[in-house]
Amino acid sequence: MQVTLRNPRRVLEVAGPVRVSALLDRLEIHRDTVLVIRNATLVPSDTLLEDADEIEIRPVISGGSS
Amino acid sequence: MKCRVCRQPAVIDLRRHNANFCAEHFVEHCREQVRRTIDHFKMVAPGDRVLVAVSGGKDSLALWDLLVELGYDADGLYLGLGIGDYSDESGRYAREFASQRGLHLVEVDLRDDIGFDVPTAAAVTKRVPCSACGLSKRHLFDRAAIDGGYDAVATGHNLDDEAAVLFGNTLRWNIEYLGRQLPVLPARAGLPRKVKPLVRLAEREMAAYCVVRGIDYQVEECPMAAGNRHLGYKEALNAIEASSPGAKSAFYFEFLDKASHLFANRAQTERDGLQACQSCGTPTPGEVCAFCRLVERTAGATPVELTVKAPPL
Ligand code: SF4
Ligand SMILES: [Zn+2]
Ligand SMILES: [Zn+2]
Repeated sequence: MQVTLRNPRRVLEVAGPVRVSALLDRLEIHRDTVLVIRNATLVPSDTLLEDADEIEIRPVISGGSS
Repeated sequence: MKCRVCRQPAVIDLRRHNANFCAEHFVEHCREQVRRTIDHFKMVAPGDRVLVAVSGGKDSLALWDLLVELGYDADGLYLGLGIGDYSDESGRYAREFASQRGLHLVEVDLRDDIGFDVPTAAAVTKRVPCSACGLSKRHLFDRAAIDGGYDAVATGHNLDDEAAVLFGNTLRWNIEYLGRQLPVLPARAGLPRKVKPLVRLAEREMAAYCVVRGIDYQVEECPMAAGNRHLGYKEALNAIEASSPGAKSAFYFEFLDKASHLFANRAQTERDGLQACQSCGTPTPGEVCAFCRLVERTAGATPVELTVKAPPL
């Protein structure tokens, strides 16, 4: 499946099926710092992602201090 | 995973609340949190006109959407900061959101209307960009609210933001700041009421709210934020939260409950010592306020070209 990461934008190819939580562990991303979006819909951490899915891992932490 | 309310498939799991929600009930959860915050802290009264500080990012657009959905009379104010492509893009998100919903967006541009931009101000003052940026935002939002006859300025500070600021202020025992780190600051001469209706919602919840509501927002980070302290504090708090869920909200809300009043005197003394800026009338400890001094210092400075790139994830 195609996994898009942001900031900066880059695309990875990951073999499915894989659970959201396992994918994040594999990429060493803490689940509270991102959203996982499959084909434009939000999915929770136990979702099984398939090869045909388009996945975006979107960071949610903003850095501004004002 | 199933929604806690309706048992339909969930779209999000919130460990802090030990709860999962479907799209509909997640939106309801966010509205409920905001409604409770506004009521509890008496942020907005019926009939009040609210000016939302809109940046084009997730928090401020979600806030505007939530306020309008809850029935409040809320306009937006977008401030052009002159931070290259980042600002161009964030302005587009703000305008698009407003026009799609038929909402009123006021715009102020630092460069065109005031005469400087954030990168140039940072170069002239030799301080981090966020400092001139924050000063300008506070000043211009206040001014626009007073000029436009609004009762309150609402900002999109979420729980993670507030906890990180509190963490930073506590590390340095920044007493003055601790005394005014409140979710609502009452209006006083020359300044509007300031409210932060999102303090009960985490950063991740705000991003999720935007996705669920179909709100397009700027995901890219401000290039000026790279490596600032605030991000480091958030990371530290997230590491603590990972091993003890709920620690972040306890840190912030227990502070409000048990400790913030201990610093209120100091903040009051500081307020009592303020006088009107000779140039613009804003309350200030000196003769001329920090913003007017910044305008003076940047006058005639050569605009700085942006070369910084966004930091890696
Ligand atoms: S990161 Fe700093 S410079 Fe960028 S918008 Fe936020 S406060 Fe302004
Ligand atoms: Zn539900
Ligand atoms: Zn002034």
